[in-house]
Amino acid sequence: MDILITIAQLIVFIVVSPFISGLISKIKNNIRMRKGQSIFQPYYNFFKLFAKGEVVSQTASWIFKVTPFVVIASSLAAASLVPALITSGPSFFLGDFLALIFILALGRFFMALAALDTGSAFGGMGSSREMFISSLVEPAVCLVIFAVSLQFGTTNIASFSHIHMVSISSLAAVAALFFVVIAETSRIPVDNQETHLELTMVHEAMVLEYSGRSLALIELASYIKQMMWFFLIAQIIFPIALPIFGNGGQFFYWFLWYLARILIIAIAMAVVEASVAKMRLFRVADFLGFAVVLAMVATVCAILGV
Amino acid sequence: MPGLFLFDPLSIFFIFVIAIVSLPSAVYSVGYLKGGGSRFATTLSWILLCLFVASMGLVVTVNNVIAFLVAWEIMSLVSYFLVIADAKHERSVQAGTIYIIMTHIGTAFLVAAFMIMAKYAGSFNFAAIKSACLVMPPQIKNIIFLLLLVGFGTKAGIVPLHIWLPYAHPQAPSHISSIMSGVMIKTAIYGIIRFVIYLLSADTAWWGILILILAIISCLVGVIYALMEHDLKRLLAYHSVENIGIILLGVGLSMFFLSIHLPYLAVFSLIAGLYHLVNHAIFKGLLFLCAGSVYKATGTRDIEKLGGLIKKMPQTAVCFLLGAMAISALPPLNGFVSEWLTLQAFFLGAFKVTGVSRLFLGVCAALLALTGGLAAACFVKAFGITFLAQSRSRHAEEAKEVSLSMKVGMYFLSFLTVAFGLAAVPVMRLLAKVAGTATDVDTKGVIFSLNNFIVNPLAEKGIYLSPLWLALVLLILGAIAFALFLLPGRRKAVSYSTWDCGYYQLDARNEYTATAFSKPFRIAFSFFLLPYRRTQKIRESFYHVKSFVYETHTTPVFRKYGYAPVLALVFGIAKSMRRIQPGSIHLYLSYIFVTVILLILFMGRFH
Repeated sequence: MDILITIAQLIVFIVVSPFISGLISKIKNNIRMRKGQSIFQPYYNFFKLFAKGEVVSQTASWIFKVTPFVVIASSLAAASLVPALITSGPSFFLGDFLALIFILALGRFFMALAALDTGSAFGGMGSSREMFISSLVEPAVCLVIFAVSLQFGTTNIASFSHIHMVSISSLAAVAALFFVVIAETSRIPVDNQETHLELTMVHEAMVLEYSGRSLALIELASYIKQMMWFFLIAQIIFPIALPIFGNGGQFFYWFLWYLARILIIAIAMAVVEASVAKMRLFRVADFLGFAVVLAMVATVCAILGV
Repeated sequence: MPGLFLFDPLSIFFIFVIAIVSLPSAVYSVGYLKGGGSRFATTLSWILLCLFVASMGLVVTVNNVIAFLVAWEIMSLVSYFLVIADAKHERSVQAGTIYIIMTHIGTAFLVAAFMIMAKYAGSFNFAAIKSACLVMPPQIKNIIFLLLLVGFGTKAGIVPLHIWLPYAHPQAPSHISSIMSGVMIKTAIYGIIRFVIYLLSADTAWWGILILILAIISCLVGVIYALMEHDLKRLLAYHSVENIGIILLGVGLSMFFLSIHLPYLAVFSLIAGLYHLVNHAIFKGLLFLCAGSVYKATGTRDIEKLGGLIKKMPQTAVCFLLGAMAISALPPLNGFVSEWLTLQAFFLGAFKVTGVSRLFLGVCAALLALTGGLAAACFVKAFGITFLAQSRSRHAEEAKEVSLSMKVGMYFLSFLTVAFGLAAVPVMRLLAKVAGTATDVDTKGVIFSLNNFIVNPLAEKGIYLSPLWLALVLLILGAIAFALFLLPGRRKAVSYSTWDCGYYQLDARNEYTATAFSKPFRIAFSFFLLPYRRTQKIRESFYHVKSFVYETHTTPVFRKYGYAPVLALVFGIAKSMRRIQPGSIHLYLSYIFVTVILLILFMGRFH
């Protein structure tokens, strides 16, 4: 049964995660007074890419070919560790909150290698910048986990997959995590998903040589990763017990709130993206430094017990 | 001599570590030494190798400080000769000199510490010293601890005593680098565990904190220098500084927890440290062997001149990739497990202690995470620039896969990186015994593993990690994605050149270089690296720039501001001392006369 729920969770992630990306993009465009693409555009893109042929660089080795599978496997493995449908069961025996960073690092490592593999300067640029940003993200994530797990006395993610008090420490931790997610999901002001300008692109530069089904898998992996982060943030700041199969009406409200909290985060993300400008790469260090400071605040609050 | 040796779990563990790295390195050296030097040189290098391994074995098994010093000294001297094995090169001799000076400074501190210990114990035996340490005044203990820390820290390569390591390790032949970096520096960790934890029983809180601070500095300094380094073997040597830091984080935490009476946590932290120790021995040994293969095949260690080797040397590339993944702590390989354990030790400690200590542990954990991120970046650089894309020079273009014996050595260690990741549970069980002996804690009742999970017994709600299941899940998910990829309806994949902006055929000159790759880091850490650069336009005429010179360097802060002034002082004193040595025999005779008179007067005081 537990395994079935985990599989169901993964399927939900695969099916729903592109929608969240489409949603953010729609909200963003509406804020900018544009009509914008359809909310289902990520799905259209996925199926379009899935039907297309591929161009593989002659310079590339097997690293390039194997990377899409490693990336999606690491994203899905990470997704199986967050409390979206599951509250207990085998997934939580795979690893804890800390293991999550290592699992995501696996996909990132291969992505960065694949970017170097084609011998294009764009790939190298993206790879270098991605590793730079992600290594600065790491201490912030670690401190956030530290602050959160101090409150619950364990790094087991299952420990906060129920209703709990939201403390000041949680608020600060979530703020720091929000910064981290901006960087991890390549959003403005750290990166920009919508452009292929060589001066600014990071993630897009890495996947520049990918096409067809490989690209479809890599994009899906980043949607899944984004949804995973959203669920973690949601569970820390809008805690919810999972799931209530009570009477119909109760379940309806539960389900509404369950979706609404993801929507709130998506809107926040869209508003941030629409209202700030892209940063210079070297100012990203300051940006993530601020995330570390927020995480420190969260830690201090957690130690003080507030 | 039954009384001279000690075979407790701690010693046996270190013997095991020595064996698993020395064995493949020895096999590797068969192919590596072929075609280089005379028969005599080869024989000599084998004899030295045997002596080296034997001396390390002695260091970790003797139970007597005098024997320990003798073994320690043999180890240092033999490794010195191995470093200068390639004595034709000026750099080898220079590296050897730096090494032998540093290692003897370290030994001097050890001698001092041992003499104080022996004076209080009235015996050179470990058992006698251990019982004497129980009644020793605390300030004497503090002095002994500091002396031991400097002595072993020099050998381990703790910042700022690491200065010899990036010179000596790369200059030795690769199988020796592998043993030096994989095992020899670990004997210093053995020393710290044996003397500070086992004999002095680590009962002072600031010892652990001091080691933690030094360790975290070593981690960061090591990895930041490694990022800037383009010499493949020197890059790995800097990573040894980093990894010794990670190991010492476990050891230091253990000491800290012992001093505040959290014995199980101390055992857990020491397990983390020891686990990382054996892992580092494996993957660093592997990486040095792979680097040696690259050097053997291409004749260069400068990664800016390499590239594209994954097609020329596919097997070496796979081995290097495994090593790089392990050192970057990627699941499900061994480095992941031990780094997870170390972080976990910090977190568990923070659950148990209160106040400022919590914040300190949290900050240390965050800095460890930063180190991990930077290490991953460094190995993306090292593997990506060396093995991927197109070859940047003719040497790399013409590289061939290495001989069988070299491959066997690399395969064996590659296998171990996977095995020590997946078999984390039995390894944990064994290490619990080792850590229990070292810390004098009975670990019988504590469960560190359950079925296939590493369990953390100390947290209120269980904390789990199962590398085995994780590997399986990753494999299954990857396989499903691959099946999806193979679904019908796909158009054929076309092989075509990399996107060149419609400009011209790309070649290796368009690739990203290691210098470019590390640029963001160079700028972000410029407060520490103090980079400087020189650009120069070489003009044919006012209008036409023929070529462009770009040079960038970072300032070796420790050498420039730490060691250079001391060296200058030493040389300055030596120069002024020369004045009393003018070469006149009469003057020398009068010196002797004066000395004798002074000695007689001095001795007279004792009657």
